[in-house]
Parts: sequence; structure tokens; C-alpha cells
Amino acid sequence: MKIRIKFRKYGVMKFIGHLDIMRYFQKAIRRAGIDICYSAGFSPHMIMSFASPLGVGLTSDGEYLDIEIGNELSSASAVHRLNAVMAEGVEVLSFRRIPDEKASNAMSLVAAADYEVRFRDPDVLPENYAKAWDSFCSQDAILITKKTKKGERELDLKPLLYQASLGQDADGAPVIFLRLSSGSADNVKPELVLEAFGAHAGFSLPEFALLIHRKELYANSGTTEEPHFVSLEALGEEF
Amino acid sequence: MTKSDTGKKLALSDEILLSIDKPARYLGNEINAVYKDKDQVDVRFCMCFPDVYEIGMSHLGIQILYDMFNQREDVWCERVYSPWVDLDRVLRERRIPLFALESQDPVRDFDFLGITLQYEMCYTNVLQVLDLSGIPLSAAERTWEDPIVIGGGPCAVNPEPLAEFFDLFYIGEGETSYFALIDAYKEVRETGGNRQEFLERAAGIPGIYVPSFYEISYHEDGTIASMEPVNPHAPRKVEKQVVADLTHTYYPKKPLVPFIKATQDRVVLEIQRGCIRGCRFCQAGMLYRPTRERSLKMLKEAALQMLESTGHEEISLSSLSSSDYSQLPELVNFLIDTFGNKGVNISLPSLRIDAFSLDVMGKVQDVRKSSLTFAPEAGSQRLRDVINKGLTEEVILEGAGQAFEGGWSKVKLYFMLGLPTETEEDQKGIAHLAEKIARRYYEIPKERRNGKCQITVSTSFFVPKPFTPFQWARMCTREEFLEKAHTVNAEIKEQLNRKSIRYNWHEADVTVLEGIFARGDRRVAKALRLAYEKGCLFDSWTEHFHNELWLAAFEEAGVDTDFYTTRKRELGEVFPWDFIDIGVTRKFLQREWERAHEGKVTPNCLAGCQGCGAARWHTGVCPGSTPADIQEGGEQA
Ligand code: SF4
Repeated sequence: MKIRIKFRKYGVMKFIGHLDIMRYFQKAIRRAGIDICYSAGFSPHMIMSFASPLGVGLTSDGEYLDIEIGNELSSASAVHRLNAVMAEGVEVLSFRRIPDEKASNAMSLVAAADYEVRFRDPDVLPENYAKAWDSFCSQDAILITKKTKKGERELDLKPLLYQASLGQDADGAPVIFLRLSSGSADNVKPELVLEAFGAHAGFSLPEFALLIHRKELYANSGTTEEPHFVSLEALGEEF
Repeated sequence: MTKSDTGKKLALSDEILLSIDKPARYLGNEINAVYKDKDQVDVRFCMCFPDVYEIGMSHLGIQILYDMFNQREDVWCERVYSPWVDLDRVLRERRIPLFALESQDPVRDFDFLGITLQYEMCYTNVLQVLDLSGIPLSAAERTWEDPIVIGGGPCAVNPEPLAEFFDLFYIGEGETSYFALIDAYKEVRETGGNRQEFLERAAGIPGIYVPSFYEISYHEDGTIASMEPVNPHAPRKVEKQVVADLTHTYYPKKPLVPFIKATQDRVVLEIQRGCIRGCRFCQAGMLYRPTRERSLKMLKEAALQMLESTGHEEISLSSLSSSDYSQLPELVNFLIDTFGNKGVNISLPSLRIDAFSLDVMGKVQDVRKSSLTFAPEAGSQRLRDVINKGLTEEVILEGAGQAFEGGWSKVKLYFMLGLPTETEEDQKGIAHLAEKIARRYYEIPKERRNGKCQITVSTSFFVPKPFTPFQWARMCTREEFLEKAHTVNAEIKEQLNRKSIRYNWHEADVTVLEGIFARGDRRVAKALRLAYEKGCLFDSWTEHFHNELWLAAFEEAGVDTDFYTTRKRELGEVFPWDFIDIGVTRKFLQREWERAHEGKVTPNCLAGCQGCGAARWHTGVCPGSTPADIQEGGEQA
């Protein structure tokens, strides 16, 4: 049976990198006594795949991994067992059954991601940042140069920026909400958008200026032209 | 602070943690880490392994003591490791005091700082930890406001090079006397006593050495004339501590699990302590006498509990010589039956190669990928007799032959160069033995072999250690060591099967340094401090070892290093470590030193007690003791 686990990463765990989070879950699943399936061969490994690596320093409410398990246990008891063996800073939110076919794999499904971006020190923003943000967003194209392994290429962020809005925290600090194209095809990191905004508004971001929080990961059940985003969690069902 | 940013407090800012390598080294929060309310405990103990996190976290001894201390409600034991060079720089630049992982509080605020001394090359890191904590390096300059700094571990059996920097040393196995020390501390604190009073109380606890309570005088030739207690509470001899019953004692049921990969990323099951063999170069073999086994029942339970509480995918047996554990087949079969089909790897280091071990290794590892390990230590039978290593060429070739027939093709061989009485013939013998093993491999018909064989020969340079029969031995110079390595290398290159043999040798400079501190006295401390001030740190890491700084430090301190390494020691010489009663008598060590020169082998403890002195603890393998399983209530039947 294929399972999708959704979890939240916060607090000190944001400093634990993706590879170590994978190792962490391998051990956690053993501690929880979940009957996970292994690959064949002399040194079998757990059948487990993560949807999308989260960079060091980022927190998240929407991280996913898919596993395969043998025995039946209810979603509720699996969540309970996993949370009983978690370190502070990782919380399992759901444990759902997903369809068996290959195409349902979390990693290949990821099409978009929601982010909240805050500023460690809001004073890095110019005074008229709200106006600048509106003018940034209302451009017909947002051209940037993206560094890739093969060199630099020109890229228009606009079609990859599904939603962008500026709001405020309870204490009045600016929060930028972004829904960005994500996954293997056009993966846009929130830093890239904020750098483009900085270039547009005439300010630059110092190192570590941003506090980035991932909210959710989505699959696209619509078309490229008319996307319809559903969270990866919604593709599974409780049992 | 945003909601997603709440959680445990950290000593370091995000900016720092995001700009250094592996921030997980400094966060705490690991699975099975112990958190307590600091206002609800009486004593805060910070346990330190003075090397980088991944090494320190792999050490079983710390895990045992961490678990033991935290079982007490009135004690909170936390951990600290050496900050890696990147964070070291940041802490100095920004004047951030070194902190313990759990509470993230400054180490300076603790009652105790316990530092384990596992190898000499971490001594500069000891100074780093003190320095970054803001604790005066010299014990004499500390006040009652500073933590009590206590050293332990194998290097504490010659604590003298570090005497100046420690308030106390704990000599021997940590499970026995620490609680008495904690109780004494609490009492002195509660009754408004001072630091001196506490040190005096501590001096009366078995196994505790208070270096400031002794004075050393020297002969004109530099050797020690006497070591006298100058405080009435200080005993003349400090007795090493031994756990009498290793089955009914502390063992961590919930070991810590780091987030980043540690050197030992597995459950470690210490099946016994000590070794019956009595190799004359081996310090551990003398320090941990008598050999004591843990019961099979206890080990089975511990294996189950530890795998469950950690989620590790591997379990490894640990001991100096696992094949000597009396119930090894039962234990190994239990592990294979219980965990073999659950994706748990079973790792069996330090097994003698024979039919049994080849059979179980065939079950638990991929034969084509894994290698066989032999540690003949010396290249000729003559020299193996001198060092009392009871491994013969026939046994090695027989074992290798069986293994080759069984599909193995990789062999690792470990030797030492610079052993007492060693000749060029002995050195060349290393090459010849490797060649014979290769030939044995190619005797197998081509169609049944698994390609070429790969023999890896590694040599380390011999360092004479305190409390071994070779404590009197002259150590070689750097040039002598390298010449020996070149002899071996040249001989290997001459041989028919040279393409199947790879040769590595250890570095000579760092070995010489190890030799100075291993048998050093209080006078080398000055050089250690100077070397640290010049920037020496992480000396066991090749890329960070700066021999030229060390040479300058010795020069400046006026320390003649040859005095500690290449000098010939007389039989009657008073050694810096003689004030410690290790159990094994000096008389026994001297007899073994003499027998070595006669090339006489001494039987192991099981073949017959040799009267080394350790029998007075009435435990383990010694005559007159009760074996662990009988204590357990005869459960093996
Ligand atoms: S007293 Fe005898 S049996 Fe005990 S450790 Fe010494 S030699 Fe071995």
C-alpha cells in the first residue's frame, strides 16, 4: 500500500538539511514500528521518496514523503505513533493512502508551492515598498537572468508566478505571499522573486535577509494553460 | 519572531548557523537527548569529547555516562564537543562563550566540566574547550565560580602532561565513583564550603586524583626523584576503578541519535571489557584487566531496546577481541535470527578469521564487497613472539585460504613498525606475508576466483604506552620510522604480486608527538600551551596538523623531546604514572618486558592465570571470581 506522509518542519530543525531529514525519517519509521517495505537485493533500503527538498534555513507546513507499507494500520494511529518518536521541530500532519500507479509519485507531481516570505529586518525595504510591489507585480514580464549549471539564461518569471500578494503580520511587519511554479520543470525559488523585486525597486537584499516559510505543495490537475492546483495531501485519503 | 521560528532556544544566531558547516553539530535536540529544568536540579554536569561532533557522538563511553548521570534526578548532564575551526573563529571574533548543546547555556555556568581523554592528539582541543568557555586554563587560577574540570578516559592513566589544566582526574571506569563525587560536591556546596574543601573531599574518593595535591622533584638527569602528596587528604596511590559486574550496571537503553551522520551511525553493543590476550604493546589490554563479560541475556535485551529506541539500521558488537566472548555463537545467531530479515545490518569487527566467523560473515555481509581483516602486528614469527601476539602465519594463511574459497577477495593487514628488537628482516617479513596471502589467492583456479585480489597493508608506528610491558622501550625517531616504511614499500614493489598489494603508512610526525605526551610528565605542559597559543588545534586531522608550530613550541618551552621518546629508560626509573595503581603490577610488566627480550610467549588468561595482579578484584576471567551468567541465575541452560 502506498502512503503519503505530510509533515511540518519548524524551530531548530530548519537547520537540518534534506539528506539528513531523509535519514531522520528512516530511523523514525523504524522507531515507530511502521511496517515499511524494502527494496530487494543484498543491502535493501526503504522504499521512500520525498516530494521536494527544502533548503537549510527554511521552515515548512507542507512537506511530503511517500512510502510503501505492508500491514494495515489506521491513519490516525500511524500519525500518533510517528509523532510519539519525533524530535521537536518535526510534526507529522497526515498519513494517507494514495493510488498505486507510478504517476502518483509525489516528486513527479509537484507543480507549485506556496511560500510566505518575511524580512529578518524589515528596514531593508525602501519606504515606498508597497507601491513598488504593486508596480513590480503589474509588469507584463519579469525578466531575470537565472544561473544554471550550464551558464546563465534569461527567464520570464511572470508566467511562473501564479499568485503574489503583500500583506502584514499581526505586528504590522510585511509578509509576502507567493505561489510559485515548482518541481522538476520550472522550479522557482522565492529568493529569486525577491531579488527581482529588489532590482525593480532599487534595493538589494543582504545575506540572510529573508525568513522563508513553505506553506504547501501542489499538483496540477488542470492543464498548463489553465492550471488547477490541489495539495499533495488532498490526493490521498485517510484510512 | 514568527510562529514557525519558535522552539528551543539557541546560543547561535541564524546568520551564524547558516554560514558555518553542518549547523546540526551545535543544536542539541537529538533523539534521546535529555532535557531537564535547570532550576530543578542541584548539579549541572557538562560532558565533553574534545573533538568534532561526529567523532564525539560516536563514543560509547560518553553515552554510558550521559545516561548514568541523567538517571539521577538531581543531576542534569549535557554535552559539548570541540567547535570545528569555522565556528571556533566566529566564537573568538564575536566573544560568544562556548555552550552546552541541550540548554545552550555557557559551559562556564556548569558545576562540572568532564573531559574524556581518548587520544593524546586531542590535547590542544582540551585547551580550546577551556579557553572558549572562558575558564582559566590553569587549575590554579580557577575560583569556586568556575566549573570543576575533571578528566577521564584511557589517557588519564598518565594525566601528568595535563595536570596543570585539570582540577581532578578520574582514573578508571566511570561507572563506579562518579556518584560519590557528585554527593561530596553537593554536600560541600550545601554546607557553604569552598573549592579547596571540595578538592580535599574528592581526594578521598577512590579513583579520584587531585594533581595540585602532589609535588614532583627531579634528578639531575631529568628523571623523577619523587612524587609526594603535599595535602593530608591526598593518598600516595590512586587506585584505578573497575566495574565488578558488567551485567548489572549502567548501559544506555536509549542512546543519542544525531541528525548528521556520525562516525558510528549504529547501535554499539559492548559485549565485554578487557582482553585475555596480553599483547605486550597494547595499553587497553592492560588497563581493562580483568576481562569481564556481559551476560548473554543482558546483551539480547539491550540489543532489542537500543534498536527500538534509536531506529538505527545497524548494530555492531564492540570489544577488544570479540572471538573470545564465551557465548559469541549464541549471541550472533540471536542477532541474525531476530534482525536479519528486518533490514538491520550486523557488523562484527575484531573477529578472528576461522570457520565460524567466515560462516556468520557470509550471512551478514556481501562477501564480494567486504574484506577480511588480520592484525598480525609484526612481520615475522620471531617478532610476533616478542610482542606476544599469538597469531601465526599458518593460521593467517589457513583463514585467508578458506575465505578465498568462500568468495572473498579483499584482505586488510595491520602491522606496527618500530617495535622493540625489530630488524630489517622483520620489516621485510610484512611484505613477504602479504605476498604469501596473494599467492594463496591465485592458487584458486581462475574460473572460481572473483577477479584480482586486493590486499591492503597498513602500518602504524609503534608508540610505547604507560602500563604496558613496553613502557620501558625506546621509541624510534621520525627518520627511523620513515626508513622502515620505505623498506617495506621497496620490498613490496620487488614482489611478483605487487599489483595486488597496496601499502599505506601512518604519518611519522604526529606519532612522535603522541609518544611525547603518552609518556610525558608535567614539564611538557608548557609546550602544549605554547603550541595551542600558536594555533595548533585538531592535531589528529592531517589537514590541521602543523608540525612546525609544535617544533617551535618545544624549542621555546625548552623541552627536549628525545628525553620522552628515544631515551633508554632504566628498569628502576620512576615513571610519571607510577602513582596510579592500575591493578596490573609493575613486577608483572617487568617480567613481560624481560620475556619479550627472550622471545618467550606468555599464555592468555584463559589458558592459565599469569598472576598479573588484577585478580584482586575477584571478577571476570580471574581465578576465584563468579562468571556473569551464574550471577544472572543460570539463564543460559
Ligand atoms: S590475574 Fe590472571 S586471569 Fe586475571 S587478568 Fe591477570 S593474568 Fe589474567
